Amino acid sequence: MFRYIMRRVLMLVPVLLGVTFIVFSLMYITPSDPAQMMLGANASPAAYRQMRSDMGLDKPFLVQYAHFLFGYKHPVFGYKGLVFGDLGRSYVTNRNVFELILTSFPNTLVLATGALVLALILAIPIGIISAIKPYSAVDMVFTVFALLGASMPVFWIAMVLIYTFANNLRIFPAMANPGNFSSLVLPIVTLSMYSMAIIMRMTRSSMLDVMQQDYIRTARVKGMDEKVVIFKHALRNALIPVVTVAGLQFGSLLGGAVLTEKIFSYPGLGSIMVDAIYQKDTPQILGSVCFVAVTFTIINLLVDILYGFIDPRIKSAFTARKKRK
Amino acid sequence: MTQSLPISRFMKRQAKNISQFWRQFSRNKLAVASLILVFVFALIAIFADVLYSYDFVTSNSLENALLKPGEKGIVFYQEKEFEHTFILGSDNYGRDILGRLVHGARVSMIIGFATVAMALAIGGFLGALAGYKGGLFDTLIMRITDIVLSIPTILMSIAIVAALGNSFFNLLIAISTSMIPGYIRIVRASIISVKDQEFVEAARCIGARDLRIVIKHIIPNITSPVIVQSTLNIGSSILWASALSFLGLGILPPKPEWGNMLSEAREFIQYAPHLLFAPGLAILLTVLAYNLIGDGLRDALDPKLKR
Repeated sequence: MFRYIMRRVLMLVPVLLGVTFIVFSLMYITPSDPAQMMLGANASPAAYRQMRSDMGLDKPFLVQYAHFLFGYKHPVFGYKGLVFGDLGRSYVTNRNVFELILTSFPNTLVLATGALVLALILAIPIGIISAIKPYSAVDMVFTVFALLGASMPVFWIAMVLIYTFANNLRIFPAMANPGNFSSLVLPIVTLSMYSMAIIMRMTRSSMLDVMQQDYIRTARVKGMDEKVVIFKHALRNALIPVVTVAGLQFGSLLGGAVLTEKIFSYPGLGSIMVDAIYQKDTPQILGSVCFVAVTFTIINLLVDILYGFIDPRIKSAFTARKKRK
Repeated sequence: MTQSLPISRFMKRQAKNISQFWRQFSRNKLAVASLILVFVFALIAIFADVLYSYDFVTSNSLENALLKPGEKGIVFYQEKEFEHTFILGSDNYGRDILGRLVHGARVSMIIGFATVAMALAIGGFLGALAGYKGGLFDTLIMRITDIVLSIPTILMSIAIVAALGNSFFNLLIAISTSMIPGYIRIVRASIISVKDQEFVEAARCIGARDLRIVIKHIIPNITSPVIVQSTLNIGSSILWASALSFLGLGILPPKPEWGNMLSEAREFIQYAPHLLFAPGLAILLTVLAYNLIGDGLRDALDPKLKR
């Protein structure tokens, strides 16, 4: 298992290189001029040329990419590079990019965790109920709800919630900030809607699948209590695909909180990224996207490791595959 | 006459297949209803100009601003004054909401189909290459796919629009790029599951070239998952486009698009909730319809999933 984890961690390196390369190329072709941005519109051509060479922008593309990775030496604009955990300073705020990411990421984490927890708490029991009585009225209602949840635009859910609970009922504020719990309710509900729908459908179909297996019939024939059959025999086996989906959802919640954060003016990583993209703040964009990509990959890794604990068969299958190799 | 016999037999077989498929599909009442809805929306999109003229839904008439649904207003249009009923009300610039929805349907429809077509062409080709050729191609293409998938979709799209500039075509590129990895994976997985079967070997034995094998023998056998994926993708593409437009990175006002209508409505929902519900429900219904059709197609096309 340890070797497997190490190999997965090492595989992060090419993925990260690829991510940075793609994002760097995109930013390189962006029609913006950081030197011009720093100087303002009235700079003399000489000052402009000096600025470009100070910032290292007159170098070829690959040299600039190497700077980004391994550092760039300059008294004002220098930085140690991604490899050494220094992503330079933002062009707009002049703050250290990594610092800003670290201050905003916990906010996004709170939102994403809250949304995932809410989704799991509601979706798994509902999925189980739907699967126990398939095609019943209850199942139909929840199926319709899941379908709606998966088809509604996130920003629209947010606007409807703001209209209902902030503007009319005045229960929750329309703006969210990390310190105030009641202000987090609406963004968390907004964000969890889609994940809830997906997890609900997954739990239902996975439970339905398991309930038709022979060993469930055997357990029932043995005269076992239906509760025990459902929770001890069926649920544990049905949860494996649910864990996969939940893990994937958590990853996309972290990255996809963009719209929700934007609408609720929440100071998370998502709104920082969108602002950076609007302002063509290359170092901030590169840093944030790389950070999200790393988190995303680490979560996927954790989900894979988690399988081993839920289902011992997967672990043994994995060790068997390794032996064969 | 001997020439036409196999063709007519082929057509009969096709007709039988289609009728069999339709019998399966039509059992799902929701999917059929969705198909009808999509068809109606398509008609509306095609005849948008007949229903409401484009100039009319994009020109301001501030004296009619924020009318409630069903209210009448005097419109000055093309140097004539006439009374106009705003069936779904008007927005903050006094533009007809229903008219903008109708023209927005056209934009969404084009975006949905164009992005899926682009993603299918590129992703399908790369997936086929990876699955059929294997080896270095496979490793390379799949690694790049993994890399692209580890960038959150919405950020990737935003970055592409920001990098290439704000235009309709760039929006299409941004959305289809985020769908390409999905197609690569599906096509590759399906091809791998088919390519070692006997009929492919048989084709190879009689000397068929790779391109012929892929087009004549493999592609017809992998269409089901691709069709299902494409239907679902049209829905999510419409959703993405509206999200990007909402952020101000897609179709910009005064051009009517459901996402930017909602974006413009943001400040006025307090006084005019119809601004919020009309475009939102339009997006919801369209995406829901495509999702339901996709589910229906999956049930009808994939015998393994039949319940």
